[in-house]
Amino acid sequence: MKNMLRLSASAGVLLLTAGTAFADCGIAAGSVRILSNDFDALRLVNKTAEECASGTVTVTSNPTAEHKNLQVPALSISPAEYTVAVVANNSIVPLLNDDLIRPLDDLVAQYGQDLMPNQLIKIDGKVMAIAFMGNSQHLFYRKDILDKAGIAEPKSYEDILVAAKAIKDAGLMEYPLAASDKPGWDLAAEFVNMYLGTGGEFFTPGSAALAIDNPDGMKTLEIMKAMTAYMDPDYLTFDASGIQAEYEAGNVAIMNEWGSIAGAILDDEGAADGVVANTVLAAAPTVNGGTIPAVALWWDGFAIAKNISDEDAAASFQAMVHAISPATVAANPDVATWLVKGFEPGPAAVGVIATANAGARAYPMQPYMGLLHTALSSELAEFMAGSESAEQALADVKAAYETAAKEGGFL
Amino acid sequence: MRPLPFYFALTTRGRAVPHRTFFAFILPSIVAMLLFIALPIVSVIVQSFYIEHQQVLVEVENCQPFGGCTKTVRVDAAATAEIKASDPLGRFNGLGTYLNRSHLAVDEIGVIFASNTGLGDIVARIYNLPFYKALAFTLAFCAIVTPLAMLLGFAIALAVDALPRLTKGPVIFFSLLPMIITPLIGSLILYWMINPQGILGATLQQIFHDPNLSLRGSPALTWLTLLFYGVWSNAPFSFVVFYAGLQTVPGDTLESAMIDGASRWERIRYVIIPHLAPLATFVALVQVMDNFRVFEPIVGFSAEANATSLSWLVYNDLSGDSQLFGSAGATSVLTIIGIIILLTPVLLRTWREFNQKVV
Repeated sequence: MKNMLRLSASAGVLLLTAGTAFADCGIAAGSVRILSNDFDALRLVNKTAEECASGTVTVTSNPTAEHKNLQVPALSISPAEYTVAVVANNSIVPLLNDDLIRPLDDLVAQYGQDLMPNQLIKIDGKVMAIAFMGNSQHLFYRKDILDKAGIAEPKSYEDILVAAKAIKDAGLMEYPLAASDKPGWDLAAEFVNMYLGTGGEFFTPGSAALAIDNPDGMKTLEIMKAMTAYMDPDYLTFDASGIQAEYEAGNVAIMNEWGSIAGAILDDEGAADGVVANTVLAAAPTVNGGTIPAVALWWDGFAIAKNISDEDAAASFQAMVHAISPATVAANPDVATWLVKGFEPGPAAVGVIATANAGARAYPMQPYMGLLHTALSSELAEFMAGSESAEQALADVKAAYETAAKEGGFL
Repeated sequence: MRPLPFYFALTTRGRAVPHRTFFAFILPSIVAMLLFIALPIVSVIVQSFYIEHQQVLVEVENCQPFGGCTKTVRVDAAATAEIKASDPLGRFNGLGTYLNRSHLAVDEIGVIFASNTGLGDIVARIYNLPFYKALAFTLAFCAIVTPLAMLLGFAIALAVDALPRLTKGPVIFFSLLPMIITPLIGSLILYWMINPQGILGATLQQIFHDPNLSLRGSPALTWLTLLFYGVWSNAPFSFVVFYAGLQTVPGDTLESAMIDGASRWERIRYVIIPHLAPLATFVALVQVMDNFRVFEPIVGFSAEANATSLSWLVYNDLSGDSQLFGSAGATSVLTIIGIIILLTPVLLRTWREFNQKVV
């Protein structure tokens, strides 16, 4: 469902960019094969990279939601199936763990004049990936509904709970809140977001020992549960596209939703009357008296495979640099929150930028974070459904994580 | 539903075939089964005894667009690759993975039995363990869906058999639709229909005068929905087989029963059911196997919060940000053992019947 929504939204993007094939990217020869996730902005990047194709240069791309499952096996073989892996905070980790991507310092020096220093993802002093867009969940709210309830813009989750009560008591909406609480990746991400806002650390520094079994963890669960009192009773079946649909239908007043979906919500399609005109994007809320937004910041970037020829690596790097050039970004300011030089944020990027400026933390890159995310994704469901205590839920997460981390060789 | 292995065709008909012909006939199947079924199972079993090597971790400086540079732990890829090269399967863990919390949870169960506040507490705490939670739903699904789907299928078969010739074709086609639709698509269609804004969900709210009624909210209603879906999607298989079986009921016997004054019910009870009994064994066998690996409806109905199955556990281990192959292997082996235990009585019975016929 998610992909279908994105597909329809992206058709326009593709039409706009399809006319400018065969740009001169200065590549002599080589093969560029891109593996990426599947959403608007990345399809635009892939399409722009494909402009570099010429008599001696081939460019192919495979945008797929299954990219995380494909990337490790596809880059393990030699020569690798893909020369470029488009990655994010979390998906670069398996590639680093298995040493499947190459340092880019030489290529940056040679072809990366347009890159800004903060685009370089440096690990142990070496550039391992080039970030080109930022993303995060952030606040979307309906100004008309909040005005009617006499509520100002909520700055914290505590404010949101007060606002929700006011909206419900005023009879404006039955279920004013929504969150992507579907057990699985989404529910775990909600926990990670909220916990980041408390300022707590997930692991004991320098080790894989879990550290969420503390008052911050309890507070996180308490707020997550308190929010559900103002949500549609089906809240455990809503993922990010589910709440997007609810919001566009005019059933929701306040939600935290992905910045990358903002463009699709603010466009003229699919929303009930008055929703788009009254939608305000703002930084993600803080929690528990904290000062930073309770949300994880994400970057999307590209990495170049190790098991390919230097010629293909250079061609791939050049094609990707062309794909994320300031010219591309200037022509498509509303598609993403670009991290590229000269980007003038459009209305859809306001939320992510406000969130980043308010000092939100990045999604953790520890090699065992994925195991914790999986443990959270299945063990929080019963608590959220109301059939388990918060203490038990945290104990279950800890037990599930430790079992997995032992099997993964981290504990 | 899917092509049946050769041995069903042979054993259920119980026909004696010369050994050499029999062997030549099944050789390609045996080779294919060894390659595509036996070998992968062996590889899964081997994998389930191993876990990852101890990872070599180092703390390095990590710079990114947000938050600048921080010290972060990462895997020392070169050192880890060296260990992997010397022992590619990983660390031998014996039955460790089978006994850990994600599977049989032996230690946890020991603790539960050592200190508890009564039977309810024991059940609740065991149900809280992922494997037993999944097993509970899987077994319930098998035990409830199999007989109900067979009953429904049999009822449809009887009804269709009584229809006039002209209407039979279209009715059979529509009765088979649930089986023709891919399970994932079928469950998604039903899932959207039971959405409170969907046709079924809204109708139910009207009928029960409860604007908050949602089939997706509570565990009990989620189970009910999944079981309903299971019966809906499994009934056509029983229907097809029973309908074919009905065509073989000897007309003479039925006629003499009618002359003796047997009612329709008595004819079904004393002629048709005994005639179809061997077929019912076969249908039960296939359905139990099918239902034991229930998976698609859980994903389709977004029911993970309230119902999981053994196959879903395997899926959960292999998808997501990090994969646990040993854990998935162990769950797969436990699933196979579960199917063997469930099928043993039926297989034993079939074997005995087969032997009787040969002698």
